[in-house]
Amino acid sequence: MLDDTKSNKVLVEVKDLKMHFPIHAGIFKKRVGEVKAVDGISFDIYEGETLGLVGESGCGKSTAGRAILRLYDITEGSVKIDGVEIGDTPQPNLRKMRPTMQMVFQDPQASLNPRMSVAAIIGEPLNEHSDMSKAEKREKVLSLMDQVGLNRDFANRYPHEFSGGQRQRIGIARALALNPKFIVCDEPIAALDVSIQAQVVNLLEDLQEEFGLTYLFISHDLSMVRHIADRVAVMYLGRVVELASRETLFSDPKHPYTQALLSAVPEPDPWLEEKVDRILLEGDVPSPSNPPKGCNFCTRCPQVMEICKTEEPPTVEIAPGHIAACHLYS
Amino acid sequence: MADGAAPVLDVRDLKTVFKTRAGSVHAVNSVSFSLKPGELLGVVGESGSGKSVTMMSLIGLIPSPPAQVTGDGVNFGGIDLLKASDDELRSIRGARIGFVFQDPMTSLNPVFTVGYQIMEPLRKHMGMDKRAARKRAVELLELVGIPDAERRLKDFPHQFSGGMRQRVMIAIALACDPEVLIADEPTTALDVTIQAQILELMHELREKLGMAVIWITHDLGVIAGIADRVLVMYGGQIVEHAPVRELFKHPRHPYTRALLKTVPSVRGEREERLEVIEGQPPILRAEPSSCSFAPRCPFAFEHCLRENPPRFDIGAGHDAACFYDFETGAPRSSATAMAKEEAQLDAG
Repeated sequence: MLDDTKSNKVLVEVKDLKMHFPIHAGIFKKRVGEVKAVDGISFDIYEGETLGLVGESGCGKSTAGRAILRLYDITEGSVKIDGVEIGDTPQPNLRKMRPTMQMVFQDPQASLNPRMSVAAIIGEPLNEHSDMSKAEKREKVLSLMDQVGLNRDFANRYPHEFSGGQRQRIGIARALALNPKFIVCDEPIAALDVSIQAQVVNLLEDLQEEFGLTYLFISHDLSMVRHIADRVAVMYLGRVVELASRETLFSDPKHPYTQALLSAVPEPDPWLEEKVDRILLEGDVPSPSNPPKGCNFCTRCPQVMEICKTEEPPTVEIAPGHIAACHLYS
Repeated sequence: MADGAAPVLDVRDLKTVFKTRAGSVHAVNSVSFSLKPGELLGVVGESGSGKSVTMMSLIGLIPSPPAQVTGDGVNFGGIDLLKASDDELRSIRGARIGFVFQDPMTSLNPVFTVGYQIMEPLRKHMGMDKRAARKRAVELLELVGIPDAERRLKDFPHQFSGGMRQRVMIAIALACDPEVLIADEPTTALDVTIQAQILELMHELREKLGMAVIWITHDLGVIAGIADRVLVMYGGQIVEHAPVRELFKHPRHPYTRALLKTVPSVRGEREERLEVIEGQPPILRAEPSSCSFAPRCPFAFEHCLRENPPRFDIGAGHDAACFYDFETGAPRSSATAMAKEEAQLDAG
């Protein structure tokens, strides 16, 4: 987007994606409602860029990430990756698509099989999707370990022998094994200490440069997203409320939710901290099984109007590349 | 400790060792600090730096065995908490020292109503009858900003959201008007917008109630906004201690400096590349005989591997445990260091 190296080719195209989970109750497990975890989101991700997806817990950002890779059977909408529609492809046919799209999970402890050695974990995608010989596989695994900064000598060790940051490197090496184009990073640094977070973020940036990767970077940490993302989408209760380039979003947020969210981030500088104009939101996020009528944010919005309580705001482009869903701009 | 008022809590040379079959872990190594009435002392450090264990040790919340807590004394209003009996400690915890823990779901009992849990310390420590305790419980819930307090007393913890639960925890901790409140990562499990609400609440409560607070966190942003003084912990030791502005303006320990640089911000200039602290935090198998940050420190020199640096006083209530002097840009000479340290001990 911003650098010359980044093309204008759309790699991932998400349109009106909906992911609703049914709620069953009673002895007959009757369907009594649904959790609208993702309720109609649309965006494009350009080749070679990082799109940051931010929001509070429960806003549907992780569900969106998984739905885009079709780890769920989506309720509605379309997802195109590299020109191929995968929204309605049956799971067995998707298998052949998997090498192009990979995922790095939040909890490196839970996403690595404790009974497999590091070499087996990183090599598993190669067993599934390639017909390399044993020696070739071993060579590939070792070179992947080099790329993510893991010592080759540790190939036969098990995940519990590694620290959190190193485990996350194993997860990243596994995602890289099949030379993917698109990687969904679902809170890859949330479980790590601050001093280790920077190491992993720098690694992700280096790998992006080296292999021309495209990331969807899901996080609740706005300051990290500001660092790594080229464009940022803000989600609230299953919808994207604002999407803009990094510079615009952080310097000139338009949606009242984005404004409040940014102002709530604590500032690690006592002088700046004093000058921050805090917008304190009242109350909590409503339940996604019973979202408010009209705008999802109307129950907490400091600038709420009558129309917000009855009508859902349309998504409008307020400036080139800057979209927001708010009645203030429609 | 120049300014007059006697500290409410004075900790001297606290050490905690966990003895396990796989060997011992020295989680807290010679930690000394004091807490003045009405101030908010921030404690920052990464996981495993010993910040929580320090606070839990001094109030006897660490089971022993496996832990061994020793020290030159934890003076709380004339009582040495390390020597106090279990009964004495029990009468202090919850009454004169309140706690707020990180995870509001696991620290509230799911089978009792919120009202019962707020009334429990009131009846135990303050000897209130049911009616008086109930009245006070409603006041407390209103104080921490829970709407419809009267009715909410009958609710169970799972009926509250995360932020509301943390408010309930704060209400319980404040129930008996404690002199000291220890808050262990109280906002870490919460979303930023909810965290902002809790921080604002804390500002108000301190103005109204004036208790001293120890606020443990790993988030430098939270510290910058709320603390008066800050302790930075690494490897079970206090590596730097200063008033909050002094710390952010003149960090004097390489770890603090690196930590401040490694955290990106949503405001101001955006760094093209994040600064990293290479390597991993230490595993504390034995009492430190060298600087525990030395393997990751760009300024480390030969002396750092030979001796564990004491906390050098550098004026203005600021001290740092580092042999390197950032003011002169050279190592401190050990002789002046020792002399200074002795002078500090004599003064104290």
